Amino acid sequence: MTGVAAEPGRLPQAEPGGEPLLRAEGVSRHFKIGNSASRKTLHAVDDATFSVYERQIVAVAGESGSGKSTVARVLAKIYKPTSGEVYFQGKPISGIRSRRDRLRYSGDVPMVFQDPFSSINPVFRVSHGVLRALKLHRPELSKEQRYAEAVRVFDAVGLNPGAEVLQRYPHELSGGQRQRVGFAQALSMRPKLILADEPVSMLDVSIRIGLLNVMAKLRDDEGVSIMYITHDLASARYVTDRLIIMYAGHIVETGPAEDVLSRPRHPYTELLLAAAPDPRAPLNVSSEADIGEPPRVIDPAPGCRFRWRCPLAIDECHKVTPPLRELLPGHSAACHVAQPNSPTGAFQ
Amino acid sequence: MTRTLADDSQGLARPNPPPGPLLEVRDLSVEYLLERAVIGAVDHVSLDVAAGEFLAIVGESGCGKSTLLFAVAQLLFPPAAITGGTVTFRGRNLVGLTEGEMSAVRWKDMSVVMQSAMNALNPVLTVGAQFRDVMRAHGAVGKQEIAQRSEEVMRMVGIDPVHLKSYPHQLSGGMRQRAMIAMAMLFTPELVIMDEPTSALDVVAQRSLMAQIKDLQQRFGFAVIFVTHDMSLVSHFSDRLMVMYAGQVSEVGPTRRLFDAPKHPYTAGLMDAFPSIRGPRVPLAGIPGSPPDLARPPEGCRFAARCPKVMERCKASDPPAYQVEGVDVRCFLYEAGGPR
Repeated sequence: MTGVAAEPGRLPQAEPGGEPLLRAEGVSRHFKIGNSASRKTLHAVDDATFSVYERQIVAVAGESGSGKSTVARVLAKIYKPTSGEVYFQGKPISGIRSRRDRLRYSGDVPMVFQDPFSSINPVFRVSHGVLRALKLHRPELSKEQRYAEAVRVFDAVGLNPGAEVLQRYPHELSGGQRQRVGFAQALSMRPKLILADEPVSMLDVSIRIGLLNVMAKLRDDEGVSIMYITHDLASARYVTDRLIIMYAGHIVETGPAEDVLSRPRHPYTELLLAAAPDPRAPLNVSSEADIGEPPRVIDPAPGCRFRWRCPLAIDECHKVTPPLRELLPGHSAACHVAQPNSPTGAFQ
Repeated sequence: MTRTLADDSQGLARPNPPPGPLLEVRDLSVEYLLERAVIGAVDHVSLDVAAGEFLAIVGESGCGKSTLLFAVAQLLFPPAAITGGTVTFRGRNLVGLTEGEMSAVRWKDMSVVMQSAMNALNPVLTVGAQFRDVMRAHGAVGKQEIAQRSEEVMRMVGIDPVHLKSYPHQLSGGMRQRAMIAMAMLFTPELVIMDEPTSALDVVAQRSLMAQIKDLQQRFGFAVIFVTHDMSLVSHFSDRLMVMYAGQVSEVGPTRRLFDAPKHPYTAGLMDAFPSIRGPRVPLAGIPGSPPDLARPPEGCRFAARCPKVMERCKASDPPAYQVEGVDVRCFLYEAGGPR
């Protein structure tokens, strides 16, 4: 029963009490690259520890190459972690082996993909995917019940009238509607946790908000938790309860979403906030020397991975990888310099 | 080290811009002539760009913004074709020019930066070789001159000139995009057309590239047409903002004025579709529905089906553009000069 605290065994106050729905402990995922002459290891995710509680939307935010999608794929059991373990409802997911257990887990923790144009089979009506998911994952339902459930989940994600939309082909739906089909399919399995990998990034801005509202509705009305993978902090803030910021495979800051964004403690979070376009705020252009290139993490030496871009880096940052330290209630940052009471001011 | 650009576009304008528009587009229409349907992607669009001006064009996918750019640069290919209107650049109508005549204009006076530098750069040639190709094709032949200018433009965009010897895959996404911009700068054109040059980049790289573009523009005084789907990205950089919907111009005016007081219900809807990263968290609705099928555009205003302020007449007739407080807005609400 631990949260995202630095010292294992301590429960941060801002986390809801009780057992987490899912907990990742020290999860790393490495990929071998190069040929036999030069074998190298890419560290996509290193030592990620976090929890997701029931009825909670947790955003994992970061730039491309930060490891956020790899985290989702480890949770979906697409990748095996190189080290560490993921516990779902208290049980390690590495123990899930039989077909029946796998099927149950993928029904409990389904995934919604980024591209609504390639993730639905174009030759079938959209009812095909959802009815098939129901048949596989909820064999106790009769044919009529399956259909009634398909209509219900379509209505729940705002595809009204569900009975009519079910009969359409994917090409008859807009991108936003197709992405709702993705959520309906996930919802039909009565999931505990939906892994949504950049579900709105390919949609037009006028449609994105609708999908974010669907996510909030699924949490509030259906009691589902969602892990929302995104590069867009503003949308994360709009819909999420907790925020995990990743940089180059490390979790650099985590805490209640509003708290992390209004009181960032890690210099990288401060940089992201300074760079986010906000028409309502005056323009701040951060140092021109920083052209915003996150590193590829190949055979890394110990130390903070942000140190090359950080104006505040001290000697220790080059030698010791900073652990996540709880600076405010439930709000931790992995930085040697960060202070509980004030931002570092690295990019102001 | 932090640099704060002035909030107001006034302070960023080039000193003493010459009078008269550099580019004048009048009643431009582009259609995709398909076997089964004709899609009017751009419908009677007019716009002016003054020398040294930064014009941003925003809209959702399928609104015709990229097609409009391609039509201005005369880069359309079948089934798309210009079916009406003129594109006057430096006093000369570009519509109907031959490829040979156009190539005298392209790169030298007007250059285009495409959305995806990954696809726009040739993967089997070094960056320097591609610069050389462009310069040879457009007149500069001296080896010395080419090498010197290539190094100059690379420094201008903040890349070490050693990367002239690099292949595109050896550069990061941000550097490739910068290299594309460097290439566009080879002949110091008067107009640079950019089609979502930052959309493949991360937020920090995006911000830094925007600042770079603005900086180059101030130093060399070229005009920019910048197409994007992300309004907030250009909010601090463009002089004027043009909002397109379903092939038409909904609203065009000074950027700050549009952000502070959007007039067209579509512009207002777009503004409310962005969650903010600061300030109070408010529930947002976005804009329900989706844009019309341009093969069968609806009667009347094209936004009517999604408009929260729709009136009876909007469904019957197409509103013209009204001038209100320096803004052109295509909406019947402004028929008598203000919302009623």
